[in-house]
Formats: sequence, structure tokens, C-alpha cells
Amino acid sequence: FARPARPLGPYDTAEPVTPYRQATTYNNFYELGTDKADPARLAGSLKPRPWTVRIDGEVRKPQTVDIDTLQSWFPLEDRIYRMRCVEGWSMVMPWLGFPLAALIRRMEPTGKAKYVQFTALLDPKQLPGQRQPILKWPYVEGLRLDEALHPLAFMAVGLHGRVLPGQNGAPLRLAVPWKYGFKSIKSIVRITLTEKQPQTTWALAAPQEYGFYANVNPAVPHPRWSQATERRIGELGRRKTLPFNGYAEQVAGLYRGMDLRRLF
Amino acid sequence: MLVLDAFTGALGANPIQRATQQSGLLALALLLLSLACTPLRRLSGWTWPARVRKSLGLLAFGYAALHLLIYLLDHGFSPAQMAEDVLERPFITAGFTALLLLVPLALTSTPRAVRRLGFARWTRLHQLVYVSVGLATLHYYWGVKRDHTPPLVAAAILAGLFLARWWGRPRGRGARSSRAGP
Repeated sequence: FARPARPLGPYDTAEPVTPYRQATTYNNFYELGTDKADPARLAGSLKPRPWTVRIDGEVRKPQTVDIDTLQSWFPLEDRIYRMRCVEGWSMVMPWLGFPLAALIRRMEPTGKAKYVQFTALLDPKQLPGQRQPILKWPYVEGLRLDEALHPLAFMAVGLHGRVLPGQNGAPLRLAVPWKYGFKSIKSIVRITLTEKQPQTTWALAAPQEYGFYANVNPAVPHPRWSQATERRIGELGRRKTLPFNGYAEQVAGLYRGMDLRRLF
Repeated sequence: MLVLDAFTGALGANPIQRATQQSGLLALALLLLSLACTPLRRLSGWTWPARVRKSLGLLAFGYAALHLLIYLLDHGFSPAQMAEDVLERPFITAGFTALLLLVPLALTSTPRAVRRLGFARWTRLHQLVYVSVGLATLHYYWGVKRDHTPPLVAAAILAGLFLARWWGRPRGRGARSSRAGP
């Protein structure tokens, strides 16, 4: 597959990117159906404009901002990230967006801010999967503040040089490449800085299977399958899964002194 | 069907996973169909269900074996990985046991085997299918991440089949046999 013409940046992987078709037709977005092909089929009901994002909690500048205004605050960057799903498959995604840290710093966190909570859109008309109580809606995810301020934590608004498609979480989604894919919440409408650790959707649904941290870790198996290997979409064989999805050098320091077997 | 899907690209972005799921689902569906034969024959009086029962059962076994083969292929035929999965993951233990229980049934599916074992012993042996289909349904239930509707539908069908079997059982105190009289 064609490599983008620009030189690779310090956070980019040089691995071949997953073709647009596969990256946009094989998705986990339960709000648009539980089958991998559902989100692409049903994404038409999700209207990414007009769209506002509420930023509140422990910040000095709480506000509700239009997505186009929010986007205009930052120069858009390309990031080619690996994406490892907790189910044992992976992709290489060429995102377009801006660092989450830039947005958080702009909102001026107070001294009490310890975590960042993200909330996705709640609207069964746009997200028909929410008519079934498969998960507790709206989808909520969270990061520790230092994780959120890490330069790899990214807010994506585009994919493959195009506007983010609905099935990939339009118009605004998170991309934290060292964590399992479910942490990278889609279609965000609210970002709240909090003092307490947020109650995140999958950790609430099955706490013995999905933790708050959800760092990619080949040494900690999912109760029902091993996490030691993964299949890169487009390949038939399996490859070894790397600690922190290959980003250990950059992010391992965030977890020094923590027992990541217990805090999975 | 899978081969056709593979050629038309309908297996999607993750064809191995899709083939694993499809073969497993087909195995369970065929197993349920084979179990529907006897109650259907008893309740309807038709004889054709009895004639297709063996083929359905063997086909179910074939797809279950294919399901295991794809899983093994996917994990590089690693005995260590296989042992870890079977011993430490109840989800895999259930599925693996379900398939193991079908092996003696497939091996004794010939008329000669029935004669050699004697009909009563053969019947008792083949009651293992109930355990197998129960485990297979459990394996399906444990295998899905969140949306449990499809495995619950399978479980409901299985429960319905057991009920139909009980309802239509011969020489029981069920409605049909008491009405039939001596």
C-alpha cells in the first residue's frame, strides 16, 4: 500500500498502513451494531455536523465549543499509529488530528484535575445500537491526566487524509495507541476533567475482563483468550503482541512502580 | 459455503476469524437440526427426518472438526498454546470437550457399528450428543463478547428440542402415548 509522501514523524510507525476499505468496513462501534460490518452499513444515521463538544469539570475555562471551531484551534497533524483490539486483531491507522495535551492545556486544568473522562454521543436516533442495553450508554472512557498529556495521546478528526467516517467515530475520537482499542472512544461530545477515576463502560460491563488501564500487555491474558499474539488485518498469520503495543519506550515510564498484572 | 465466501471476498477484513465463527455456527446449527429429527418424526409421523439424521450429525461433526482445524491453523499448530487454551480457558475447554464427545459418535455411525454394539448400547453411547450440544452452546455463549442474543437463541432452540423430545417420547406418560393406548 502506498506510503504517504511526507517524511515520517517521531510518533509514526513505518509499518504499512491498513487500506482505507478495511479500516472503514471492519469496526467495533457497538452503538452502530455488534457485527464488524454493521457500523459501516449504519453510519449514515450518525450526523457529525452540527456537533458541539462540552469541556468541563476541573478546568478554569469550561465551555461548549463547535467542532469546527475546536478543530481550528490546532494545526492538524498526521499520525500513523498501530491499533490493537482487545479481541486479538490489529491495524495501522493513518490518523489526522491534534494532540490531546494541546486541548487540555488550553482549558487550563485546576490543581484538582487527576483524570480525564470522555463521553460519547447518546442519541438512539443517530446511534440505533443504543436501543439495546448491550452496554451502559452513553459510552464513557477515561485516562489518567498524565496519560492524557502524553504526546502520543491524540484526538483524531480524519483518517487516510479524509474526514473521519461515522463508523470510525466521527467527528471526534480518541487514539491512544498503547492501549486496547476500546479505550479510544468514538464520537465524543464531552470531555470532563475529574478528581476521581472515571467509571468506564467496559470496566463496568465486565470488570474481570476489562480494566481501567487496558494497556496492551501480552503477558496478561484475557480470561477467554491469550493476548500473546494478534492478527494484523490483511495478513493470515499471527504476530507477537508487543508490550504497550510497541510503544513501551515512550510510555512505560507512566506506570513505574505499578503492578500491571493487577491494574490491567 | 465458506469456500464460496472466500472467493467472493465475503469473508471480509478478518477472513480467518470469520471462517472460525462460520464453521462453529454451522456445526452447532447442524447438531441442533440432527436433534430435531427424532421429535419431528415422532410428532409428525413422517419418516424422512430419520433418514437425514445421520447425515446431519456427520456434517455437524465435519464442521466442528473444520472449526478446530482453523483454530489450530490460526495458532500455528502450537501444542503448548493449545494445551494452555484447553486447560486454562473454560470457554475453550467446553468447545474442545464438545468436539471430543462427537468423535466416538462419528466413528460408530455405520449400520455395522450399531450391530456390533447392539442397539441398546449404541443408543446409550449416542446419548453423549446431549452433553456435546449443551457444551457447544455454552462455548458459543462464552465466546461472544457482549451481545448474548444469538447464543441465547441457540439455547432456547435446544431447550425447545428437549421439550419436544420429552413431549413425544415413546411409552411415557406423555399426552400422546396415553391417548394412543395399548
